[in-house]
Amino acid sequence: MTRPTTSPVARSMVPRVASLSCPSCGAAIEMRAQGWAESVVCAACGAQLDAAHDTLRVLQYGEAVRLKPRIPLGTRGVLRGGTWEVIGCQVVTITVEGTDYSWTEYVCFNPYRGFLYLSEYDGHWNVIEKLKWRPRGGVSDGQLTLTHDGRRYKHFQTALARTTAALGEFPWELRVGDSVVSRDFVDPPFILSAEESAGEVTFSRGTYTPPEEIARAFGIPSLLTPIGVFANQPNPHGDLPKRMGQRFLIGLLVLFMMLFANLIFSSKRTVFSQASTFDRTTGVSGAFVTPPFTLDGRPSGVAIDVAAALDNDWVFFTLSLINEQTGETREVTRQLEYYSGQDSDGSWSEGDRSETVRLSSVPAGRYFLRVEPEGGEVGRPRVGYTIAVRRDVPHYGFYAVAFLALLTPMVFALFPSAAFENRRWAESDHPIGGTSSSDD
Amino acid sequence: MTAPQAHSATCPNCGAPVRFLWAQAVQTTCPYCRSLLVRRDLALERVGLQADFPVTGSPIQIGTAGRWRGQSFVVVGRLTYGWERGRWNEWHCLRDDGSSAWLSDAQLEYAMTVQVHPDGRMPELRKVLVGDAFTWGDGRYEVANILEAHYLGTEGELPFTTFAKGNSTFVDLVSDDGRFATVDGTEVPPLLYLGEYVSFDDLAMTQLRDFEGW
Repeated sequence: MTRPTTSPVARSMVPRVASLSCPSCGAAIEMRAQGWAESVVCAACGAQLDAAHDTLRVLQYGEAVRLKPRIPLGTRGVLRGGTWEVIGCQVVTITVEGTDYSWTEYVCFNPYRGFLYLSEYDGHWNVIEKLKWRPRGGVSDGQLTLTHDGRRYKHFQTALARTTAALGEFPWELRVGDSVVSRDFVDPPFILSAEESAGEVTFSRGTYTPPEEIARAFGIPSLLTPIGVFANQPNPHGDLPKRMGQRFLIGLLVLFMMLFANLIFSSKRTVFSQASTFDRTTGVSGAFVTPPFTLDGRPSGVAIDVAAALDNDWVFFTLSLINEQTGETREVTRQLEYYSGQDSDGSWSEGDRSETVRLSSVPAGRYFLRVEPEGGEVGRPRVGYTIAVRRDVPHYGFYAVAFLALLTPMVFALFPSAAFENRRWAESDHPIGGTSSSDD
Repeated sequence: MTAPQAHSATCPNCGAPVRFLWAQAVQTTCPYCRSLLVRRDLALERVGLQADFPVTGSPIQIGTAGRWRGQSFVVVGRLTYGWERGRWNEWHCLRDDGSSAWLSDAQLEYAMTVQVHPDGRMPELRKVLVGDAFTWGDGRYEVANILEAHYLGTEGELPFTTFAKGNSTFVDLVSDDGRFATVDGTEVPPLLYLGEYVSFDDLAMTQLRDFEGW
């Protein structure tokens, strides 16, 4: 393919800054984005001028400009892989419950990439780009939302934002005093703003940017340390619950593995078993002691299985595991009961004929068991029962305690994150807990 | 003397050679005397003088090259439209396969489109409202903007003639995944262009205008 014919007119370099003079006060006006800027504010007299007009028609006369932008106009910086020159700056003010809140917006320009905006409020910076396509609206938990590029933004605040001071060039017809309805939606670190004026809505997306990053980008020595929590400031504790959650899951996994190993390696040997009969007719106690048996190995669990042939009856057992050498005694009690019958709904039963008592960390040694059955229904003279002792059973109670120990830090991990969110939303139209400062 | 090439002719006004990069071009501008030339069979007819362009500051110019959808393109023509609140450029791009694409440049926001035959219902220009939805191909588009615009000027090779045309209706539509459509009411029935928003970096453009100090 041949190279296209060079147009002698189009190839000349575009001159840097066009110099014009203010039709209001005569001061020199520098144009940095000629052809794209629609208005320019005279730095001397504050007149707002029509930049699309050959001789800069006055849109509105102004007052002396006192605005001193933290990033002076003409400063260049590198952001988003491109070089940007600050060409305009405006102060935007909203009034909430009689109090004015103002922030500063900067217009940045690159002749190839177009426009990029910055905003600063109490030291909090956002890098803002206009959205090319509109987000989709919705409602979630009774709160308006916008969905854009796979993210869902929650409504934060709606306010009437008016321009209270301005300096430099703007790609729209700026007049000091003009206002737009501004709706902010947040999903940190992003904020979506819908600005409505004269029935037309423009959407933009801001990215919360630490002041050090802005200072570095524009070569500014130092910027204000941010005050308070900003709408789309990322929660510094935001990933703490997640990190703790991961640890919790790892802990849980280890616990399960321990339990699994415990179940596999537990021998569950029956070291003693005996069948007896509790005769209530003799009038003497049914208590007896078993012959001694040996519990060996490391200190580990012991399970005592009690089963009684109950039929609409109950028995109360007092079981004492006694160390033959030391006399150390561990006593537990259990009541077994079992009732059944027929009624209009069919057959029914309640209670249980058997139960297992678990003792943890029983050291090795010679032991015997004292068994004392008591009580029961009238008219049930005898009840047969068996007692069996098993060694080395997993102690499930340990696992319950370990689980709680894992869970506790999780609960505490949620607090700082939630406190930060409270401070964020306290400034919004939707404070957490529903109490806004107007209710004071 | 060699026989004139199929794609070259001389300007009937100043005699300078006028070369066509694109065989289907119907209209071009003489790069020397800026005469607006329309092709009639083999000869060129001068229908007017290209107006002075308003300053737009666009970095794109005739000859700018770039890449889009896996093909190289070169800018061979330009239309500048004016409307109530400003102006924008439509750059006529010639692609590797000989087809045309349009690079629109409005306040340095870029979109690339190609003309397609609509496979679905087209908006009625007099009745269409912002928010109306249309489906073409596998895309669902919503009307974002309706405006009346006219040619402010043209430059280079174009697939149609642009003289003697007044205001026409343009409808811009967007999808929620970045696709972009324009319904161009300069012809009856209206033409449909489908494409997408692109960033400056996406197009990897070269042969751009130079800006002093940048």
